[in-house]
Amino acid sequence: MTMTMHGTFKASNGAAAADGGRIFAQLTAPKIVASGVNVFYGEKQALRDVSVEIPNQIVTAFIGPSGCGKSTFLRCINRMNDTIESCRVTGELKIDGRDIYARDVDPVELRSRVGMVFQKPNPFPKSIYDNIAYGPRIHGLSTNRAELDAIVEKSLVKAGLWGEVKERLGDSATGLSGGQQQRLCIARAIAVDPEIILMDEPCSALDPIATARIEELIEELRRTYCIVIVTHSFAQAARVSQQTAFFHLGDLIEVGPTEQVFSAPREAKTQDYITGRFG
Amino acid sequence: MTSTAPQRNEPSRAFDRSEARRARNAGRAMRETVFRIVGLVATILGLVALTALIVDLVISGYPRLTWDFLTNFPSRRASQAGILSAWVGSLLIILVTTSVAVPVGVAAGIYLEEYAPRNRLTDIIEINVSNLAGVPSIIYGLLALGLFVYGLGTGRSIFTAGLTLALLILPIIIVATREAIRSVPSSLREAAVGLGATDWQVTRDHILPAAMPGVLTGVIIGTSRALGETAPLITIGALTFIAFLPTPPIQSTPPFVNMHWLWEGYTVLPIQAFNWISRPGSDFLANAAAASIVLLVITLGLNGVAIWLRARLRRKLKW
Repeated sequence: MTMTMHGTFKASNGAAAADGGRIFAQLTAPKIVASGVNVFYGEKQALRDVSVEIPNQIVTAFIGPSGCGKSTFLRCINRMNDTIESCRVTGELKIDGRDIYARDVDPVELRSRVGMVFQKPNPFPKSIYDNIAYGPRIHGLSTNRAELDAIVEKSLVKAGLWGEVKERLGDSATGLSGGQQQRLCIARAIAVDPEIILMDEPCSALDPIATARIEELIEELRRTYCIVIVTHSFAQAARVSQQTAFFHLGDLIEVGPTEQVFSAPREAKTQDYITGRFG
Repeated sequence: MTSTAPQRNEPSRAFDRSEARRARNAGRAMRETVFRIVGLVATILGLVALTALIVDLVISGYPRLTWDFLTNFPSRRASQAGILSAWVGSLLIILVTTSVAVPVGVAAGIYLEEYAPRNRLTDIIEINVSNLAGVPSIIYGLLALGLFVYGLGTGRSIFTAGLTLALLILPIIIVATREAIRSVPSSLREAAVGLGATDWQVTRDHILPAAMPGVLTGVIIGTSRALGETAPLITIGALTFIAFLPTPPIQSTPPFVNMHWLWEGYTVLPIQAFNWISRPGSDFLANAAAASIVLLVITLGLNGVAIWLRARLRRKLKW
């Protein structure tokens, strides 16, 4: 286990290092800044004093064992946690310098700027076309059918699904394979024209080939978007991300350039986790 | 896994275990068979009773089922009596009942499930709604007599009857709506919320369409119950002898729609049948049987429409 992990990781190290210089030049203006974020579910504290900066146009991976709070933190960024009644968030979370938990921020509008892809592909029980068109429709992004068609096509092209579905846009989205469904969900998120895309273990329900396709897609998309991905697999984190944050039991243990976190972690806990001692 | 495998191969223990397992399996197989027989008998009993009832109805009522029976008003002579006013009354009342109970019940169900905060008050409301579904129908009749007939002065009208039955089936529709909404997978809700849909858009575009088949099941059960109700209508003054029809709802002069029928007297099929049964002589009993058959056909017909609608909605959802 540890051996293969290490091997995979090393292979991707070179690529990450090659554009490392360019990436961290952009670190000067982070897209998302969290400072002292706490999350409570009722009395239970799920996340303690998390502070992190997430730059634009790179992929940031959240890793850590189950129940460590990585998904909880991800769901703070588009205020998805608002839908859970007992959930309470304190601290400051800024996107482009604006506190998204401020009183005058409309979570509905926020979510149109911060797209989300879920663990299990969850297409609407509608046609492929209607799945993609739903977001643009409710946000009034098109004035006529031709514009909407263009948005649908563009989104599917970006998600690398157009070639497979262009002949059957009217078919049910649930008839697609798991991997196709997940790319459809990515296309659906892109169609609203967000700036940030959050992915909550997007490959955990997919086979290795479908996973590889999604990972390629993430690499493509990061040129345009700020991407945050939660993953169980550190091999995946090593492959797709440029920045990694390691969570453990509600604490953010360590954050840094992916290559550094994996090859020379500053914290003993990170070291233990990535070498497979726990988790 | 690896620690239990070698144990299983130990000869002496494996024997003991398989012996015990065989004995246990024999007992299980017996219980299986017994339950199968009990279940079969229970099913047959129910079916036989229902078939006997329907066959008996058809035998005694079929000869009276003529066109005249459907188009005649009641009469003192059994052979000339018909059920025109009764079936028209039944349909009109169901029209009022469903057009009040369905929107109100579905809206209440949506509110309780999607919008209401979870607190003591909503807990109390929830328990009460469930209990209301089990209240005897005569209680609704007494309530309606006090509230509608005397309180609001709506009289012995189709309107009063429709509202009374609407109250009666409201809890059924609320409970069915809530169950249906609860069974919509949360991933669907998350997908829509994640795209920036408002609460109302999530409900209207995703939750409600997915819950609609379940809601319709509640509507079917409620409507069937309302169609067969007698007791509350007797309480609020349904008539048993009506030799006229309500004013037609459509007229040739503006405004073309006439709502006067809402305020007129009525009778319904179960009351007509009940009235005939209580008369001496087998002729009227045959009439009662025939009226019951018509009631049965109307109920099945309305259910059929709802089931067809439900199947269509299910197909439209491209799961």
